[in-house]
Formats: sequence, structure tokens, C-alpha cells
Amino acid sequence: MNGNQPVSGSGGQPFIFDRSKPGRIAYSLPDCDVRELPAEQLIPAELLRTVPASLPEVYEVDVVRHYTALSRRNFGVDNGFYPLGSCTMKYNPKLNEDAAKLPGFASIHPYQPATTVQGALELLFTLQNDLAAITGMDSVTLQPAAGAHGEWTGLMIIRAYHESRGEQRTKVLVPDSSHGTNPASAAAAGYTTVTIKSDARGLVDLDALRAAAGPDTAALMLTNPNTLGLFESHIEEIAAIVHRAGGLLYYDGANANAIMGIARPGDMGFDVVHLNLHKTMSTPHGGGGPGAGPVGVKQLLEPFLPKPLIVCHPVGTYGYDDNRPHSIGRIKPFHGNFGILVRAYAYIRSYGPIGLRRVSECAVLNANYLLSRLSTAYDVPYPGLCKHEFVLSGARQKALGIRTLDMAKRLLDFGIHPPTIYFPLIVEETMMIEPTETESKETLDAFVDAMLQVAWEAEHSPETILQAPSTTVVSRLDEALAARRPILHCDCD
Amino acid sequence: MSSYRHRYLPMTDQDEADMLQTVGAASIDELFRDIPDAVRYRGTLPVSAQLDEPALWAHLRELAERNTDVSRCISFLGAGLYDHHIPAVIGHLISRSEFYTAYTPYQPEISQGELQAIFEFQSYICELTAMPVANASMYDGATALAEAGLLAAGAVRRKRLVVSRGVHPEARQLLATTARGIGLEIIEVDYIAANGSTNLELLEQTLNDQTAAVIIQSPNFFGCIERIADIATLAQAQGALLAVSVNPLSLGLLEPPGRLGADIVVGDAQPLGIPQSFGGPTCGFFAVAEPLMRRMPGRIVGQTVDRSGKRGFVLTLQAREQHIRREKATSNICSNQALLALCAAVYLSVMGKQGIQEAALLNARKAHFAASAAASVPGYSMPMAAPFFNEFVLRLPDKLSYAALSERLWSDGILAGYDLEQSYPELAGHMLLAVTEKRTRADIDRLLARLEEYA
Repeated sequence: MNGNQPVSGSGGQPFIFDRSKPGRIAYSLPDCDVRELPAEQLIPAELLRTVPASLPEVYEVDVVRHYTALSRRNFGVDNGFYPLGSCTMKYNPKLNEDAAKLPGFASIHPYQPATTVQGALELLFTLQNDLAAITGMDSVTLQPAAGAHGEWTGLMIIRAYHESRGEQRTKVLVPDSSHGTNPASAAAAGYTTVTIKSDARGLVDLDALRAAAGPDTAALMLTNPNTLGLFESHIEEIAAIVHRAGGLLYYDGANANAIMGIARPGDMGFDVVHLNLHKTMSTPHGGGGPGAGPVGVKQLLEPFLPKPLIVCHPVGTYGYDDNRPHSIGRIKPFHGNFGILVRAYAYIRSYGPIGLRRVSECAVLNANYLLSRLSTAYDVPYPGLCKHEFVLSGARQKALGIRTLDMAKRLLDFGIHPPTIYFPLIVEETMMIEPTETESKETLDAFVDAMLQVAWEAEHSPETILQAPSTTVVSRLDEALAARRPILHCDCD
Repeated sequence: MSSYRHRYLPMTDQDEADMLQTVGAASIDELFRDIPDAVRYRGTLPVSAQLDEPALWAHLRELAERNTDVSRCISFLGAGLYDHHIPAVIGHLISRSEFYTAYTPYQPEISQGELQAIFEFQSYICELTAMPVANASMYDGATALAEAGLLAAGAVRRKRLVVSRGVHPEARQLLATTARGIGLEIIEVDYIAANGSTNLELLEQTLNDQTAAVIIQSPNFFGCIERIADIATLAQAQGALLAVSVNPLSLGLLEPPGRLGADIVVGDAQPLGIPQSFGGPTCGFFAVAEPLMRRMPGRIVGQTVDRSGKRGFVLTLQAREQHIRREKATSNICSNQALLALCAAVYLSVMGKQGIQEAALLNARKAHFAASAAASVPGYSMPMAAPFFNEFVLRLPDKLSYAALSERLWSDGILAGYDLEQSYPELAGHMLLAVTEKRTRADIDRLLARLEEYA
């Protein structure tokens, strides 16, 4: 279970542990200005650590060079185009980063008296209202830490609602094109899931939905536009079917970048919404986190929101509403991922209402432009308009012996992050492409050129693709080996 | 054509016209014709108004300045979130935008930096906790604790979790919400009033063959160090797992749970160089005994080789995860706190083998000095006798309320400790004080003088 495995040293990046040399330090601690009692006079010896943790002994320059070297082996939005579908890899504004680092935001404690954090509470209160306005909801909690966390929170709210009416509904409906987190969140909220198939147009099959919706239906979870990038145009009928059965509608906000100021989940009939602030509201993805997944609800669900909410008192000061007897309880310590919420608020204020609408317009035009230009070289399983993203199929190339995975690896050689691949599951050899609004026509054209070249190579030079990537710090990695013989930490000693 | 221009948006009128022509649409509005009229939004969103960059910066600074940050006071407030020194290099390194503007490393060939950093983070957590396996991080310590409960229930196939009242109150609330989700039962076990640690007699009586796990925190919410090995023995006797939430900094000084019989070790990495940030984002860590490896929630990075045999890293054991298993996944989590795991990893690199021990000892020395001095101020006492790390409970004089004391301390620029009555009704007039390495002798003396004055 350690890293003692043959390693080709050339070009590899050593572990920080490999730089260790006894006697070097990178820390600077305050002097001890109280009695310097030995540890065993403070704490009984039998509770003290017997073997020190084998952390490296390095000096500050080692630390800086090591992590700088690692950063150079990584690719972010600031490095280049990142059209990862359903992830909304838009530009992360720098001002927002600076804002979150202001001491008045970064160095405050959640248990400080509310009177000493009025600026923070005002920001949160305003953000609650802004997100409610964007989604067409009545109330918003900012607590959930991520999209999946928001889904689970929303489903727990739905469950509390049904239980408050004396109903034990057991099933959550999810389309077969849904994100994997949807059924996983439903399971964590105690529900079983029923999968609703898509019709030939890639939309929810209404007959299948009618057949599945019934007295045991707690909710339908839906992304709109869906993961194929298609707007569920019969959303009113979908809502009516679910509501008639006594169920509620959950909006997975992963794709909200298509609809800001253009259509609101609340107006479509949704009862609960989560937004991914790290997608739509531009907060950086951080290499996989942190994010934030606020949840908005209609009035009838407001009593069940998690504790606490941020409120504005009649006198104009801000505080907490903890007295919520019907609340599902606490779902996150303190006040959610506040540092992310600061960035999202800054983002909304950098655009305002007209700007947010323009964001979605540009995101959708960019996606349609790419779809049009790529539709000759790749199969388009669902032709027509798309919203902020679309899917292509690599079926044509697969017939030539080139899989979508291979083409994704080839794109790395062009300095482009590949699209999301093999999702949604209902399309063969899927590529799911989301350009976002912050990419220029020149960048999109360069991507098209690369994609067209890859399609050409699939026919005429398959070896180039099968050998790819050839410009990255490592070539294709053996994922099967990693899972079969797990090595999950280095040998630190 | 839109007259709207913005520094983040590259679309010019010419671009728009050219692109619409390629698409074959007359206007952008036409791209939305698949949205039924009845659900089209035609108004102007009632959101906050747009601000230009200078005005936005001024506004954000103004909001920030209306908060009293801990650099403008002397903080003795901890209770799960601590005022530690953050080495300067951390901010610079995690601000490398190759790190913070990337997503989950789905394409390992261009994500080796992030993957190796997480692999090293996992290594650090294994070293600190003395556990064989750790994951790539969780949202925070409290959600990690709740996931530990879920994991145990699934692994042991039992539905009852026994949790000590010494666990952070918010973590217990969160655990209760989580347990309700999948129908688990929670039983709380009290602490010994005179000692502050979990009542082992009560615990033993509570455990039976229905118990999936015992969940404790050490040092616990009162700062007290629990008898982890004894609790592990009690849990094992009933075939239950032991999950321990720890303060990672304390492990520079205290014997790690991995050597005391814990099956799952979780915690919040905030003390490791992560700003308090009003409570989030922080970073949870999650480590398990080897038999539980394939039941772990979240992302895990593993080492492998590329086609030429060169060492590299990938996300691994993904058969546990939601994008593969959907409703049968071990958890619904699909992210981790990569940037803050990086923060903790840089912190531990900076502190190193010696620094982590010195920092932990320094915390303990200052806290013990402050505790014994405060308890010797007439009227004040330390009601809980268990050994502690850097946080302790102080009982106030009978006639002095927490509210009165904290208000007067604040007017002197001192941020009081946590009011325990908020979460433990029986502890009215008890304050939880944290003393980190940042508190100077002068800070502590100032607190002591005020305590004496107000007694």
C-alpha cells in the first residue's frame, strides 16, 4: 500500500518527501512566552504521541518550488479552453478572489456576535434574495456545500413536506439522462429511484412519466435544459403530471447558465431548485472544490429549510433565524461555504440583471455556433437548437476503430481540455460540449479546427490518435492497474 | 444586436452577426424559441444592480470593513474553528491559477499536479492519523463525521449509531439530519460533568449487538482528550466500529487514533492553514482501516504508471462513486475540497516533522498557562478535570452571566470564548476558551485582568 513501485525518474516530479533533509525547517512560530513545561507535565504521558508523524523536513524554497512545479503540471481555465459539459468552466474573475481574501471576510468567526459581522450578514441576505429572483423562488438557503449536497438538502425538504401532510411517498423519478448525483442523493434521502426514459427527441417521455407518476411519487428531479443541452419544451405538462400525482418538482441547477433572465424554474413549475455557484456564478472549481449549492424553494416548503436562515430585522440590522420548528435541521456547520458566497455575490454585482441575461444569451449562441460547425464531422444525435451545451456522438469514428476516449486524449495535444465524455449514458460514445460565454469566437474556431483535424485523423491517420497524448508530462495512464493494486499514499519514511 | 459590453464577455456585434449566420438564426432570441411563451421571463430580474469594477471593489471593501476581523481583536473563540497563524507561502501557492481554475482531474495527463498534491495530502493524513488509507477530502469535518456514521452502518449492517455528547453540537445536529435520511437511529451518551469526557459506564450500557458504530471526538467539544483505546475496546466487544473526529493539529502531540483502535478517523483540516472565513469553506478529511477502503465516500487518488512505465496518478476505486453506481453509490458526494486540501498539504509541508510537534506543544503550553491562571482568579474555576489540548471550559462566577462578561470583554477588544449554554442547557455560565499559538502572554494577561475586574 505504498509508493515503492518502479519509477522512471526522467521528467517525473519527486514527492515533497523526497526533498526532505533532517535539520531543515520552513516554519516560523512565535516564541514561547509562558512556562516551557515539558509535554508530560501538561498531558499524561500515556496520551502523548509515541512516534512522530513522518512529515518532510524542507525549507521554504523547497515548498515553493515543489508546489509551483506541481502547478505547472496542471491545466485550468486560465491555461486554455475547457469545454467540459455540464461543468460550466467559465472564467473566474480575479476581483472576486481578492474580495474573498479581504480580512473582513476571510478572518471572521461564525460565532462572533451578529453585531460584529453585519457586513457579512448583509451580503448573505442580499445573495439569498438575488438567487431567489434569478430562480423564481420565494426563499433560499445558502448552506449546501456543493450541488450534490444541495440535491440531498432539497430532497430532505421534500420528504419533510410530505411527512408533514401524513404522506409516506417512497419514490423519486429521474430521467435516464440525469446526473449520477440525482439517484445517489435520492438514495441518501431514503428514496428509491425510478428511471424515466427519454423519447426520440432526447426529452422526457411523457407517457413513461404518466405511467410512473402516482401516489408513491415524492418528486421528479429534472435538469432543464437537460444534460443533452435540450430545453424540455413540454415542461408545463411535465409539471402538471407530477403535481397531479401529488409529487413535487426538483430543479437540478447544474445547467442554469442557459436561462438566467430568460426563464425561471419557479415559473416552469419547479418547487425546489439548487444552483451550483461554482458553475453559473463563476466561483472557481478549485481542482474539485470548494463549491456551493444553495437551495431555493417555493413558499409551501419554506418552513422546512435548514437552520439557520439569514434575516433582516425591521430596524435594518441582520441576524439569524434559528427558531424554525419544522426545519429539516442542520445540514452544514456554520453558514455554508461563505468564501464562495462572497465570490458569487461579487459576480452577480459585476453584471446586474441585464448582464446576467446577456451571459446566458452568449453562452447559448456560443454553443449553437459550435454545434453548427461540428455537425458535419461528427454525428449529432439530437439535431436542432441546443441551449448552453450539446452532445455529439463518436459513433462514426468508433466504426473506424477510434473511440471517443482516444479523441479526447488527442485534444490534449492541442492544449485543449476535452469535453465531458461518456455522459450522458444514453448516447453512444458521447462528447458533451459546453463552451460558456467567456470564450471568444477565435477560441471557438481554434477548437473547431482541432476537432475537424481529429475527425480527419480518425480516417486517415488513426495511429496519431491512438498514440495521443504525446505532449503531456505523462502518456496515457493505467487506470485498471490503479484500481486493481491500489497505492493510495507515498512511503513517507 | 445588444449594446451591452462587459470585460468578461468577448462577443462583438460582428461576432454575433457572423455566428448567428452560421447557426442560421436571425437573432439570439430565436435560439430560445423552444422555450414555451408561458414560461419565458420577459421582465428585468429584480437582482442587485450592476457595479463597475471600482464601485464594486469599494462596495465589497465597505461590507468587509463592517465586520470585525480577528486581527482587530484578541480572539479566544474556537469551538471548532481556530485562529492559527497561516504561513505566507500558502496564500501564494494556492493562488496559482493552474490549481484554482481547474476542475476535478478527470483528464489525468493534464492534471498530474493536482493529483500528486492530493496523493501527498492523503499521505499526510495517513501519517498524522496513523491510518492506512485516506481519501481526497470531504466538505468539512462535520459532514465527514456524518459520512463515517453512514459508512459504519453499511459495513456492519446495523442501524444504530451511538454518539458522545462531547461531539461538536453542530456535527451532532448534522448527523441527526443525515441519519434520518436513511433511517438510522442515533443514541447520545452523556459526558461526566466533573471530567468533561464521555461517560464510559453509560457508553458500555448503551452498546449492544444493534450498534453499528461509536462516534466520538477527541479532543472533544470541551477540549477534553477522550480515552480512545478504552472506547475502542468497548466498541469492539459488541462488534461495532469506532469513528473518531480529531483536531489534526493536536496529533503533533497526541497519540493518533490509528494506534488506539479507531476504524474511521475524520476531522476538519481548518487548523492546518485554512482561514476561518466565517466558517467555510474548510476541508474535511476521512481515513479508514484497510477493510473499509472500498466503502469510503468521495474521491481517491491512486498511483499508477503510464505507457512507458513512468509514475503517474489517477482518480481511482471509482466503482464506489455516483457517476458509475448512481443510486447504489457509497455516497452522493461528487466533489472534494481540493483547493483546501492543497492548503493543508502546503501547511504540513511548511511545518514538517519538527514544526507540527512544536506548534502543537506551543498551543498546549499557552492554553494550560491560561487555564490555570484563569482558574486561579477568585470566582472562576475549571469544572472539567480531563486532560486537554488547546481549549478548556471555564466556569464563571455565579453572579456574572456569559452575556455580561462577553459584552464587557468585547468593549476591551477581546473576543470571548463560546457560550456553552447555547448547546448544553446545564452549562449556563460556562465558557469554552481556545488559546492558540497566536495568543501572547500579554493577550492572556489582559484577559486575566479583565476576568478579575468583572468577577
